[in-house]
Amino acid sequence: MSFVLVQVIAGGLLLGAVYALFSSGLTLVWGMMNIVNFAHGDFVMLGMYVAFMVFTLFGAGPLVGAPLATIILATLGVVVYFGLIRSIMKGPMLAQILGTFGLALLLRYSVFWWFGANFLSLPQNIVGGTYAVLGLRIEASRLLAGVVALLVTLGLHLLLTRTSLGSKMLAVAEDATAAQLMGIRPDTMQAIAWAIAAGATGLAGALIATFFYIVPTVGETLGIVAFVTVSLGGFGSVPGALVAGLLIGVIESLSAYLIGAVYKDIVVYALFLSFLWFRPQGLMGKS
Amino acid sequence: MAFKHVLKLLAAAVVMVACAGGASADDKVVKIGAVFPMTGGAASAGIHAKFALEVALDIVNNAHPELGDFPLAKNAGLAGLGGAKVEVSFADNQGSPATGQNQALRLITEEKVVALTGAYQSGITLTTSAIAEKYGIPYLNGESVAANLTERGFKWFFRVTPIASDFAKIYSEFLADMKATGAKTDSIALVHDNTEYGTSVAGTITQAFKDKGLNVALDVSYAVNATDVQSQVLQLKEKKPDVVIMISYTSDAILYAKTMEALDYKPPMLLADDAGYSDPSFIKAVGKSSQGVFNRSSWSVGAPGSTTAIIADLYKKKSGDEMDDTAARQMQGFFVLCEAIDRAGSTDPAKIQAALQKTDLKPNQLMMGYKGVKFDDKGQNVLASGVIIQLQDGENYVAVWPKANAEKAPVMPYKGWY
Repeated sequence: MSFVLVQVIAGGLLLGAVYALFSSGLTLVWGMMNIVNFAHGDFVMLGMYVAFMVFTLFGAGPLVGAPLATIILATLGVVVYFGLIRSIMKGPMLAQILGTFGLALLLRYSVFWWFGANFLSLPQNIVGGTYAVLGLRIEASRLLAGVVALLVTLGLHLLLTRTSLGSKMLAVAEDATAAQLMGIRPDTMQAIAWAIAAGATGLAGALIATFFYIVPTVGETLGIVAFVTVSLGGFGSVPGALVAGLLIGVIESLSAYLIGAVYKDIVVYALFLSFLWFRPQGLMGKS
Repeated sequence: MAFKHVLKLLAAAVVMVACAGGASADDKVVKIGAVFPMTGGAASAGIHAKFALEVALDIVNNAHPELGDFPLAKNAGLAGLGGAKVEVSFADNQGSPATGQNQALRLITEEKVVALTGAYQSGITLTTSAIAEKYGIPYLNGESVAANLTERGFKWFFRVTPIASDFAKIYSEFLADMKATGAKTDSIALVHDNTEYGTSVAGTITQAFKDKGLNVALDVSYAVNATDVQSQVLQLKEKKPDVVIMISYTSDAILYAKTMEALDYKPPMLLADDAGYSDPSFIKAVGKSSQGVFNRSSWSVGAPGSTTAIIADLYKKKSGDEMDDTAARQMQGFFVLCEAIDRAGSTDPAKIQAALQKTDLKPNQLMMGYKGVKFDDKGQNVLASGVIIQLQDGENYVAVWPKANAEKAPVMPYKGWY
């Protein structure tokens, strides 16, 4: 009994790390520009398809797929920033919501049109099977995703707090006009923020593809979790997203095991709402 | 003046001719509405349904003498309506009962369809058929299995597929036979999603098994389109049931297969209730990790050159995939509807309804392995039946039970992956 519980918690932590990984890009854009990117889940989906293409065309695993997905999605992030975000930022909140939502549908149905609606999957052992540690079964693909989640979170945190690029980005987030007077180009900084956010999201997608199915609508399934993770962690807080992701992963796994899988979302969302009641800014957000 | 007069007359004549031409063209087209999940999590099933109906349209609207006595195949169009062509308006239910309902309403009131078919998910068939009932439009369902669909006292709803209670009976007989050959069936676990399909099929099986003295020891219910199923698999691994019955759509079915392999869990017997496990993309994605899974089916390709083999070939050419049980049941349902319209000799919904009530198709007039098609006053086909199939090699299902229909003997225990 207790041993299974340890396995449940271990599974929850690995799941949570993945939640954190695909939420970091969303929280970054949110923190930088106050933009809710409704196309976020579909960026994850694109990352998954890049990994799939890399496997089908070159037979290569995430070692090639993940960096490539990062580069492609980062490029897409810049294109999206200049092509769409820059103009809708000047509009009302509703324009931002509809703009990114429209982008989500465009991406989703382009993939639909190109790849069809079939479920795709990478081979189960593409990262290297499953480790048995002290009787615990740890899937290599999830472990890799978990480790990368920690590294990405740490990297983004260091970038924002310890580098001059990070300071510039934060300055633009704080007050774009003042930053401009100091010789910082808000456009450049925000484009970089989009590149980083979309790149991290593509990376997440490529890694998730190693243990999840791939389908054009997968962004819908995963997107909601990202929004909950980011709001619980605190809008714009990268370490917050990590803590929140781990927390949600463990709570989900435990409640699914102890109470029943059909109730796990009720437990997660009830805790989430009651937490926001006391701390609307989230775990690590600024009030 | 006179010239203007002539011109006016001419114009009027042109309009009249155009109208008349339009009217006669309308008479030659029978428009049927089809509501399927073309987007959303079940889009793969909806798109295959569309392929299936398009192949059926080809068979109905063009001459296919190679299909022999198969109803509506020999000549082009519906003979009963002077060779009228059948046309299908497809609508997307987006996996949502509310959207399905709106689409059914649109098809009836704006597209003026004379009958409806669909909608794959039982929960959406529930809402779309309620609209058809309200407007007095015949609704032919080929694939939704939730028992309650034909328990609503509807007069316009007809269902061709075997339903949950039929399969609960087949499963219990199959398990009894397997027990006789030495398999353990003492404790059974049901794993199902929380949709209309999942809950109602699980409920029907639980009840039927209880009546037969079979023990459902564990009921694992989960929310559809799960992001993670580790806890559920661990629960199964801990309780060690002899038989696990999976009632899941494609997305969850794939996730379960992957998670079972990752956590190294193999039940001695894995029995799936169609749906996701029949989706060709399930077999492509995780078939090799699910070797030995049992499933139910009413479809079999049959010998080369047979009617079913020719239809399967047409389907493969259209869709690029092998015909699966779900698409085949949808196609069969559509043929039953077209046959009734042909026999009614009219596009009047009431006459189609009357013809459907009198439907009496024999096994040789069907592409499915049913004992026939004949509706009771609830609209359920009383001659529907099916067999148990097994994914022995991870690529193709073969019929394994009952013995009379078996291509191969059932293989135990569940093999899973290599």
